[in-house]
Amino acid sequence: MRRALPAASRVLSCRLRRFSTDIVTEDVSASNNLTKEASLYVHWPYCLRRCTYCNFNKYVPKDNNGHVMAECLQRETETLLQLSQVSCITSVFFGGGTPSLAPPSTISIILETISKHASLHDQAEVTLEVNPTLEGRSKLVDFHHAGVNRFSIGVQSLQDEDLKRLGRDHSSAEALQCIREARRLCPGRVSVDVMFGRPSQTFESWEVELSELLQVCDDHVSLYQLTLERGTQLFKQVQGGNVTMLDEEVVSEMYQHARKTLHQHGFQQYEVSNFARNKSGSLHNLSYWKGRQYIGVGPGAHGRFVPLGEGGVSREARTQTLEPDVWIREVQERGHGTRRRIQLSHLQLLEEVLVMGMRMTKGINHKHWELFSPVLGLNEIFGVSVGVRELLQSGHLIMDDRGLRCSWDGLAVLDSILPVLLVELERILLADTRRFFLVV
Amino acid sequence: MTLSLAKRFCEMPPLLKRVLQFKMCRRKTQSYAVFRHRWMKGLPVLASSFRMINTQPDKEAVDLSKFPVDRIRNFCIVAHIDHGKSTLADRLLEMTGAIAKTEKNKQVLDKLQVERERGITVKAQTASLFYHHKGQQYLLNLIDTPGHVDFSYEVSRSLSACQGVLLIVDANQGIQAQTVANFYLAFEAQLAIIPVINKIDLKNADPDRVESQIEKVLDIPKEECIRISAKLGMNVEKVLQAVVERIPPPTGSIDEPFKALVFDSNFDHYRGVVANIAVVGGRVNKGDKIVSAHLGKTYEVNELGLLRPDEHPTQKLFAGQVGYMVAGMKDVKEAQIGDTLHLQNQPVEALPGFKPAKAMVFAGMYPVDQSEYPALRSAMERLTLNDSSVTVQKDSSLALGAGWRLGFLGLLHMEVFNQRLEQEYNASVIITAPTVPYKAVLSSARLIKEHGSEEITIVNPAHFPDRSVVAEYLEPMVLGTILAPDAYTGKIMSLCLNRRAVQKNMVYIDDQRVMMKYLFPLNEIVVDFYDLLKSLSSGYASFDYENAGYQAADLIKMDILLNGQPVEELTTIIHRTRSYSSGKAMCERLKESIPRQMFEIAVQAAIGSKVIARETIKPYRKNVLAKCYGGDITRKMKLLKKQAEGKKKMRRVGNVDVPKDAFISVLKRKEK
Repeated sequence: MRRALPAASRVLSCRLRRFSTDIVTEDVSASNNLTKEASLYVHWPYCLRRCTYCNFNKYVPKDNNGHVMAECLQRETETLLQLSQVSCITSVFFGGGTPSLAPPSTISIILETISKHASLHDQAEVTLEVNPTLEGRSKLVDFHHAGVNRFSIGVQSLQDEDLKRLGRDHSSAEALQCIREARRLCPGRVSVDVMFGRPSQTFESWEVELSELLQVCDDHVSLYQLTLERGTQLFKQVQGGNVTMLDEEVVSEMYQHARKTLHQHGFQQYEVSNFARNKSGSLHNLSYWKGRQYIGVGPGAHGRFVPLGEGGVSREARTQTLEPDVWIREVQERGHGTRRRIQLSHLQLLEEVLVMGMRMTKGINHKHWELFSPVLGLNEIFGVSVGVRELLQSGHLIMDDRGLRCSWDGLAVLDSILPVLLVELERILLADTRRFFLVV
Repeated sequence: MTLSLAKRFCEMPPLLKRVLQFKMCRRKTQSYAVFRHRWMKGLPVLASSFRMINTQPDKEAVDLSKFPVDRIRNFCIVAHIDHGKSTLADRLLEMTGAIAKTEKNKQVLDKLQVERERGITVKAQTASLFYHHKGQQYLLNLIDTPGHVDFSYEVSRSLSACQGVLLIVDANQGIQAQTVANFYLAFEAQLAIIPVINKIDLKNADPDRVESQIEKVLDIPKEECIRISAKLGMNVEKVLQAVVERIPPPTGSIDEPFKALVFDSNFDHYRGVVANIAVVGGRVNKGDKIVSAHLGKTYEVNELGLLRPDEHPTQKLFAGQVGYMVAGMKDVKEAQIGDTLHLQNQPVEALPGFKPAKAMVFAGMYPVDQSEYPALRSAMERLTLNDSSVTVQKDSSLALGAGWRLGFLGLLHMEVFNQRLEQEYNASVIITAPTVPYKAVLSSARLIKEHGSEEITIVNPAHFPDRSVVAEYLEPMVLGTILAPDAYTGKIMSLCLNRRAVQKNMVYIDDQRVMMKYLFPLNEIVVDFYDLLKSLSSGYASFDYENAGYQAADLIKMDILLNGQPVEELTTIIHRTRSYSSGKAMCERLKESIPRQMFEIAVQAAIGSKVIARETIKPYRKNVLAKCYGGDITRKMKLLKKQAEGKKKMRRVGNVDVPKDAFISVLKRKEK
């Protein structure tokens, strides 16, 4: 029933939509589906204010250009869908910026556009990032009507002091109300984002905050360590000596504690920063980590797909123009604002598949790898390396019948493991190319 | 004091060969047309008429026969580092039209990347200048020489092709240790010495004081000093006049049989060996058949010319002239520095040649990856042929594989060599801790028989014989000369004391500056003494040293371990009294230079099986990017790839990855 309205809104375009049942699950899709499917990300670049820690592509809107933005997002969606020739969009994610500032009508227009050019299953995951302000909460119903069936709520902290310091424009009470409302609309499909390692935090305060959070949250939690990025206000504060970042040791204690606590509450960690129970993992994000195609729409959005529509044969890394005004002009003139296209070599593709795949607790299974590397299996690439063997022996890595993955401890130091794997991947692949040329 | 040094450098051996890779690059990139263009700009008066240029004798159709020996002067510029030697060379080149006068002429003769980066001259360079004086045109051959204690070998070799030197002294800093050393080199070689006081434009310049120093220390009358500012070009003309008037012409005659000294050489991929020669007597023509006195091999002269400083081909070279020669020598080993060339069927008595430079610092050099051994070997061959002061010996180690043990003149020399390998040959190498040539007097009859002598020299700490078979260890000593303002005397004395040095002498060279002599164990000054001396004296102290034989010493071998695995690069031989402090300091510095890894790392110093110091590097407990979705993973990939690339270049000791530069930084001592 809860899907009735959005479904109804899409009925209008029903005749244009092709029938499709295959929601991507990890084992179903065969290699030829790689280029037939994609997920779609839409970037809404505007925020009402800048958070002190954020260096994302976001702009404080100058004037009310919501209408133009909607038109352009729709136009670019069309263009890129045609270019990619995908027949099925497996999930949609509205991120930002603050996409909950967008008019719900924009969301429905974009979803309709997608349905016109590719099949978008009724059950397909459609996520919207929500800023839990009063405005954000009051629009949830309309967003839901527009077709959103999953909310990701930027709670960040349950301490009002911290929220202020981080430059957020909501209070913890508002956040709690927003979660309640979202859960009412999409039970089991609400995620909360929380940040740890905040300058004023202590291990004890984090323990308390986490248990509070567990009482109100739904089935999905994303935990992010606050990282200091250049060009942010926080960076300046730290440089100026006004704010001190937490000691690395304390932050890793916080992370380990959260992993354990969430596990005890039935949450399965399925990625470095993501936890879910009752099989509520984000399919959209999983498709990134599984190396699937994705189309990025909107200023500064990134995409990875084969442009079959113009005869392309290999996957491209594509970036859209950053500045919204320039992007708008380009979309109006050319139908899209793609600023940069880089063809990924086979090695580069495998490197991305590896780096993304290893972030999942399940890691990379043999079938998943074979999809991208039919000739050289995981065993052939990583089985002979001294470096990998050491990681297996030290218990950071696991390689077995299922595939290659990090251990519990290994996942926390993944960025120290990846260089070892990358060195090996390149070495074996180059050797293989050489052998290939010798044979030819 | 520098007497033995001077002697040591005066005759150098015929057996060493060299290549100048950097010159090769220059020759390839700089076309002849470009050269002409620059030259024309340098002579604006003549540039107005092309025909006029054509009539100039220093065009390519230069008639060198117009320059009999009495109108030739061969000279060097020698100076303490940073006293403005290369700047003066730039001015001389500009004034004689060899290069255009522009703001950009800075260290024109310093062609190596390492030279420009470090602001030093490493390789001697030659330039022929045409100069009008009292209605006559003169050919002045200038050789720009290095100015660091490590490179005095290059200086003395350049001197062999000269009759006089310009001794540059900074008007502010006055006489420095290197000034004294260079003076004695020139004095021993019986060259005319023209003292030039540079940088008189500086606010703190005190040329009067410097003149009296020169008179007191070098025994040259004040009146002979020329005061200039090379930077501003002030009085530089007087320097050129003095070169003509005070430096004697070369002694050879055009009527003698052809005889030339090979004083430098380099290698060009297309033409083979390009030799720098000084024609001592007679003449040589393009097409002549010449013979190398050393090898007895005959060659045909394909190309001859002047260096101005770029190559400038001519048909002939005459007695007294300095230039380059290409004679179909295909193997770098055929171009022996110090060799004598003569015409076929007209043998001459060979010139004395050179004695090899004596290596003071030894270090092992290994490829990071053994598969790169052949490439590194060829790069090493090229570079050592180009720098005959490096001694090479094959070496191998269990941990590092096949490599070499190299002998250098000093640590800067070693660093420059390494930097050139990396920059000019793109080679990536591991260098072990530098060591000095220790000796051991053996007590075991069996070992004496095995080595064929009672006394052995140890240039590799791995071969350090055990105390039980040794009657006595000996360490090399040097007599160091330090010049500094007297305000720093206290600090310098405590630094020297800390380095086991014994003071031999101390004199005031004027009312503010002191010259001190100390007897040092060589290993105490090898790595960082000079840097420390510089920093504690705010750059005012200078230092030079000469060999002073061997002395008995209580030496031991110290190992550095990472998680129990010895780091062969860091095994050192040290004096027993220094072992604890040195071991502790090395562990501390190694801890700073090894990045954290996924496991704990124990850094230990050990003598035999006894651990004398330990530091612990804590493992990473969390090292993973929090947010990674479909956004900008390109950036993340780049970062990871960079780390992966870095990993390839790291040296693995057991399971620990160590950045290569960690080894050198570990060796640099920090004095409190």
